[in-house]
Amino acid sequence: MEQIIGVTGDLFRTAANLLFLTAQGEDVEYEPGLFRDTVDWISRRSDMLLELMLEHLWLVILTLIIAVVISVTVGIIISYYESFAQTVLGVCQVLMVIPSMAMLAFMVPLFGIGFTTGVMALVLYSLLPIVRNTYTGIRELDPAIVEAAKGMGMTERRILFKIKIPLARPVIMAGVRTAAVMMIGIAAIAAYVGAGGLGELIFSGISRGHQPMIIAGAIGVSIIAIAFDYLLYYGEKRFSVEGRTKEG
Amino acid sequence: MIKLEGLSKVFPGHNIPAVKDLNLEINEGDVCVLVGPSGCGKTTTMKMINRLYEPTGGKIYIRGEDALQMNPIKLRLDIGYVIQEIGLFPHMTIEENIATVPNEKQWPKDETKQKVSEVMTLVGLDPKVFKDRYPSALSGGQRQRVGVARAMVSDPPIMLMDEPFGAVDPITRARLQNEFLRIQERMGKTIVFVTHDIDEAIKMSDTIAVMREGELVQHATPSDLLSAPADEFVSNLVGRNRSIKRLHLIRINEILDEVDRAKPASEDAKIGEVEKQIEESDIRSVIVVDKDNKLKGVIGVSDLKRKSGEVAGDYCQDVTDTITSDATLNDALSVMLECGEGYVAVVNEDDQYEGTITLGDLLNVVKEEG
Repeated sequence: MEQIIGVTGDLFRTAANLLFLTAQGEDVEYEPGLFRDTVDWISRRSDMLLELMLEHLWLVILTLIIAVVISVTVGIIISYYESFAQTVLGVCQVLMVIPSMAMLAFMVPLFGIGFTTGVMALVLYSLLPIVRNTYTGIRELDPAIVEAAKGMGMTERRILFKIKIPLARPVIMAGVRTAAVMMIGIAAIAAYVGAGGLGELIFSGISRGHQPMIIAGAIGVSIIAIAFDYLLYYGEKRFSVEGRTKEG
Repeated sequence: MIKLEGLSKVFPGHNIPAVKDLNLEINEGDVCVLVGPSGCGKTTTMKMINRLYEPTGGKIYIRGEDALQMNPIKLRLDIGYVIQEIGLFPHMTIEENIATVPNEKQWPKDETKQKVSEVMTLVGLDPKVFKDRYPSALSGGQRQRVGVARAMVSDPPIMLMDEPFGAVDPITRARLQNEFLRIQERMGKTIVFVTHDIDEAIKMSDTIAVMREGELVQHATPSDLLSAPADEFVSNLVGRNRSIKRLHLIRINEILDEVDRAKPASEDAKIGEVEKQIEESDIRSVIVVDKDNKLKGVIGVSDLKRKSGEVAGDYCQDVTDTITSDATLNDALSVMLECGEGYVAVVNEDDQYEGTITLGDLLNVVKEEG
């Protein structure tokens, strides 16, 4: 662990150094010494930065698991009840349009201050992309495939698990990726209600007027978002390729 | 085997019934083709038999049992089902696709595997080559074959086929039809076959049920349908050139014994003898075979002048196309027209020569039958 922190700290330092040099060379209008300060801050507090990143990641992963379970289930259910679907999707849409600050404020009277509130708010936000993608993924399957399965005597349950979900999986996964990246951003704001994570860094940076802290927090959020999206994308691709060779 | 009594279907939100008071009886082992213009209710009728659509009135009996009282899943598992779009599962291999019904019936794995490779061989797909492929790696004709294999794997007594050969080119279609008829001759399944192509109907069927606007217009054997159409609608559907349509009804092997079969020349025959043979033949050509009776080629009058040599083998040139004896006379006619020749050589599956059909033979048949 020590080692990892050390190495990460070095990496941050080098990256920031590079940025600093470029910025100086091109004479960009940044506050002089900001990059130097940020690098210094990161190398001094790399253990704290990493801890907050892990906290942030944990918040996102937990939320994502809950959100996927709920949203995929809802998406599947509304794919069977067409009349229901537009209402449910409409509600999800409204939830997503509520500004994140307001949503968090709504949650506080219900769940108090802390981690749970953050998780709840994030779950509500991530409903729409996953529910919608699950629903469209299933609805837009080639009807001939579903009809063939039904006509041959497969039960609705088997059609769902053996045909519909596997075929809709790429579309569902695209929804999960959208939700994940969005969530990583909003999770930073969730620090406002005490959910922890990199948002803490940013908020205390703002209140103290300490810019290096803000920048360090922002860099951390970006790294998590990019890495997460890439991992999900790659994992999905890897998974389906493996599935093919194994089955085939 | 299958009996439809006063069957009707009104789709919700429609005033006009899609199928109206339909009575139809299909005997065991028969191929019954439902034919008619699109929107005539033929597909709807078929889908009511395996209860993809629930009838709004009437009864369906399968082997005397009321199908509407049966568990639809059980009913469907015992009815093979092939649709025009084939509907292969793109995420499963060919083997897994074909094994769908056995898996639903929870057959033992070994038995399923064995049965799958049997049925693949039956439809002309080498199991070793194709079983691990995905549907996207197959041609249209091969997919149709998989579709048929998938419907047949559990050996259901009844099969429903909705334009199963619709999505392929005409040549592949004719080949698939012939293969299917060959399989059906052995299996003797009761088949309900839907098509809008009257030629296909005449070729494939034991009986034809002509439908219009949800009603059954005529149910008869193809030969009766051609000679005694019930009304103007049927005779328009059948078309004017009924004698040509009759060629669909006759297979080459039925007339091959009667036609004056010109003896083939062996490839090492002296050219003098061959010349005499050509003079005598009414197509002015002679088919050449090798010592295993395999088709080697053909020598026409012009070849005698153009080439030189001692024996028949030196003169012969390749034939453009051949035909197998289970094809119909109509197929033979198409081959002749395509090659621009007045004859076509008939061979068996091992390319061994069986005889020659000429345009004159076809004329004789049409004259006799008409």
